Amino acid sequence: MAPLLDVDSLAVTLPGPRGPLPILHDVSLTVDEGELVGIAGESGCGKSLTAQTLLGLLPPGATVSGSARFAGTDLLGLDQRGWQRVRGAGIAMVFQDPTAALHPMLTIGRQLTEHMRVHLRMDRRAANRRAVELLDQVRIPDPERALRSYPHQFSGGMRQRAAIAIALAARPRLLIADEPTTALDVTVQAGILALLDRLRAETGLAVAFITHDLGVLSALTTRGYVFYAGRVVETGPTGELLTAPTHPYTAALLGARPHGTQAVGTLRPIPGGPPAPGQAPPGCPFQPRCGYAEPACGTSPPPLTPAGEHRSVACVVRPHLEVAAR
Amino acid sequence: MTTVHDGEPGAVTTTASRPRPRRAHPLLVFLAKRLTITAGLLLGVTVVTFALVNVVPGDPVTANLSDQALNDPATVAAFREKWGLDQPLWAQYFQYLGNLLTGDLGISQQTGRSVLDDLVRYVPATMELAIPTMVLALLIGTGIGMLAAVRNGRFTDQLVRVGALLGLSTPPFWLSLVVLYVFFYKLGLAPSGGRLSTAFSPPPTVTGMYTVDAALAGQWDVAWDAAQHLVLPVLVLTSLTVALLVRFVRSAMLEVLQQDYIRAAYAKGLPARVVLRRHLLRAGLVPVVTVSGLAFASLLSGTVLVESIFGWPGLGQYAYRSATALDLPSILGVSLFVALVYTLVNLTVDLLYGLIDPRIRLS
Amino acid sequence: MTTIAPDPVAPDPKVDRALSRRRWLGRLRGGSTRPVWRQPVTLAALVILGGWLLVAIFAPLIAPYDPLAQSPDAYASPSAAHWFGTDSLGRDILSRVIHGARLSIPLALAIVSLALLVGGLLGLLAGYLGRLADEALMRLTDLVFAFPQIILAMAVTAAFGPNTRNAVLALVIVSWPVYARVIRSAVISMRGDDYLNAARLLGVGPVKALRRDVLPNSIGPAIVLATLELGNAVLLLAALSFLGLGPRPPAAEWGSMVALGSQDLSMWWVSVFPGLAILTVVMAFNVLGDALRDRLDPRYAKGR
Repeated sequence: MAPLLDVDSLAVTLPGPRGPLPILHDVSLTVDEGELVGIAGESGCGKSLTAQTLLGLLPPGATVSGSARFAGTDLLGLDQRGWQRVRGAGIAMVFQDPTAALHPMLTIGRQLTEHMRVHLRMDRRAANRRAVELLDQVRIPDPERALRSYPHQFSGGMRQRAAIAIALAARPRLLIADEPTTALDVTVQAGILALLDRLRAETGLAVAFITHDLGVLSALTTRGYVFYAGRVVETGPTGELLTAPTHPYTAALLGARPHGTQAVGTLRPIPGGPPAPGQAPPGCPFQPRCGYAEPACGTSPPPLTPAGEHRSVACVVRPHLEVAAR
Repeated sequence: MTTVHDGEPGAVTTTASRPRPRRAHPLLVFLAKRLTITAGLLLGVTVVTFALVNVVPGDPVTANLSDQALNDPATVAAFREKWGLDQPLWAQYFQYLGNLLTGDLGISQQTGRSVLDDLVRYVPATMELAIPTMVLALLIGTGIGMLAAVRNGRFTDQLVRVGALLGLSTPPFWLSLVVLYVFFYKLGLAPSGGRLSTAFSPPPTVTGMYTVDAALAGQWDVAWDAAQHLVLPVLVLTSLTVALLVRFVRSAMLEVLQQDYIRAAYAKGLPARVVLRRHLLRAGLVPVVTVSGLAFASLLSGTVLVESIFGWPGLGQYAYRSATALDLPSILGVSLFVALVYTLVNLTVDLLYGLIDPRIRLS
Repeated sequence: MTTIAPDPVAPDPKVDRALSRRRWLGRLRGGSTRPVWRQPVTLAALVILGGWLLVAIFAPLIAPYDPLAQSPDAYASPSAAHWFGTDSLGRDILSRVIHGARLSIPLALAIVSLALLVGGLLGLLAGYLGRLADEALMRLTDLVFAFPQIILAMAVTAAFGPNTRNAVLALVIVSWPVYARVIRSAVISMRGDDYLNAARLLGVGPVKALRRDVLPNSIGPAIVLATLELGNAVLLLAALSFLGLGPRPPAAEWGSMVALGSQDLSMWWVSVFPGLAILTVVMAFNVLGDALRDRLDPRYAKGR
């Protein structure tokens, strides 16, 4: 069966002050029906821009090449009306900061039902009924009252639950969650993650989960993509990515991630920062920060090549990597 | 107010259920506070204008009496006594304040009528200019500002910005003359000034606004004539006010457009016109309301100049004539009235905030 | 915070930043925005303004006639002899427009610098002293803001007697509060800031701190405001003299020249040319103010 979302060699450039800036290079990824897929990487590596591309929300002047097919539709060939049909009803999005993503001056009910009425052609009463069900589904107490509330009357976690309900309102088949827990308290994060997993199980929803925290992936996703400087550098089943990374960057990300059982002293920050768009070195983008770099790394960006079953990695060195056991 | 907490599902705390001391409605408290501030401000205004006209070298006697009368000590003394100018300053001030409380603003030295009568006569004329101007300017300014923001950086936006810059840089009195030259002198499309053609007599006074009063009295020919006299001054005032509004609205809307909730609205698959009309406009209205207070003040300033050119017997012209004649009671009256209107406008702006933004209304 | 009195010579990044305090002025010199010659509108404004400055300086050399000289040739329409025509007294309008620059531009500069000085000092004091001084200043600014500028300015000029000095005085009186507020809030936002704390740690006294840290940091927004207000000052001054409350006749002031033309619409040239002079100067000041604001405060540059 063809995957629900099939992105192939996607490249995006944005207009910059001194000419176009290439942001995404040769990004390929797939999401199957009912699958939870993780997309990880440092901030500014192109994760969010991928999401924006898939919703047709790129800023004016952006150029896109490659292909992106969703449920048989060629996304990149869509016109304005076509995009309106896909957004919300086909692909929906949950933003990082629910406080910023909810309109402060419209009631939750209004924000929940307005696109239902467009996509599902419901009248006000039917839409309100479904809104109550949705709020119930995301475990917001007293849904009738919540419909009449404004976002500022909710706590942060509740706002994100409401935002998820809004994203689900028009029955999308793919939900892109862009760091949906980053702006929330640690204690609230787990609840949101569990909610997403339950929704996937109950409704067959596919979820693309964007995060900068590899650890979040392990709890949730079956497959993961690691992004660096606008490229996919490694992909595979989440469990294997976390325990046996083959790309030095993935390993470094794991090393840089604090977790409870590890002593503070063993936390290894990755030296330097990712290159700014347009400033990447000619070869492997991670090479300047990589402890395993060889002369061959500096010639051209290594392509993503198969490395075992269901796995690919973009590294010519493929050093033997060890990850602290947990 | 109910706050829904996260954590264990179903945890709802209602602060209203907790016993607490009876308190006045927050809106009433707010109103009372604002009204107190307004009263204090108005008191300050009377001190300022009073001090201004008395402490400074100008002498109302020389400003109001002819040279011949000035040579006659008896006339001068009589004038001083008549206007209380022989009393010490503080006594004059308190006498004025006491009179104010009874609605007595004094007698205008210029017109010989009571200042209150003068205000009643001239304010409606200015309102007849100000109200349509404000309505038009808000509609046009918001629309154009929003358009420019949505078309940020493109030709429409550039055009709007240049237009706004031109409007802000044009002297109102000069624009009035240019408009008169074109539409009255060259094209003959509009009357040269005044409120009514000489062929008509003013309609029976209800609101003091000729167009409204004439319509109420069923004198449609008078109403039509009065409306024609409105066109040019309103055109000038509107274009200046729009210029001011557009810049604010544009940058406010630009800021809103960059918000996540606008992207979220698009991501829901809403058509652009719904996003713009419902989401953008709603959020952008807050700064628009803020600036409309400022726009109103600039409009009042504009009327002084515009009225003097169009021979419009309104507050602006009255203020100008009082100022040049050092007519103390009239200046105080006008200043007090204008300050009152202005502070009331600001009060309304604050209240409107609450209506538009639930975060203010409900907190 | 547990850091206690660091060694004054130790390189502490916060102190370093505090001491290299000219962030506003620094940005003015080496801004992040495009250079001026890449901004055609700003460049045009600079050229226009420079042109007017030259006209003002060399007015007697450029003007073809004496701006005050009357002639029997009244109300002559624009011609080779009088490019901009003549007014009701037969005075050459081109010469009067040229000489008008010697009034409007320096007077606007005077109004704005005086208002900046008065408002700036009061704002500094209020922001630094806080409490009663601050409260008093804020109420005073409220009071001035309660009047539309032109009405208060009219009352002041009328009271002191209409002439150039009093018109300037009146416009200073109506325009100082904006500067006071801007400077005040800059000072207040900085009072709790690292700048002053760092300075205090280094044992810098309040006066020195004001002069060395607060002033250079708050002067940036004030300069932007002042530039934007220059156009407003030209407009207000012209308005006052249009109403007969500015420089006394026969002075060649643009506002009063426009007023002369309002007596007879058929003589359009009497008003049009001085009006265009006001328009170009004000527009140039406004463009310049905008550009300066974009450069000093990148928040505004977004979306431009």
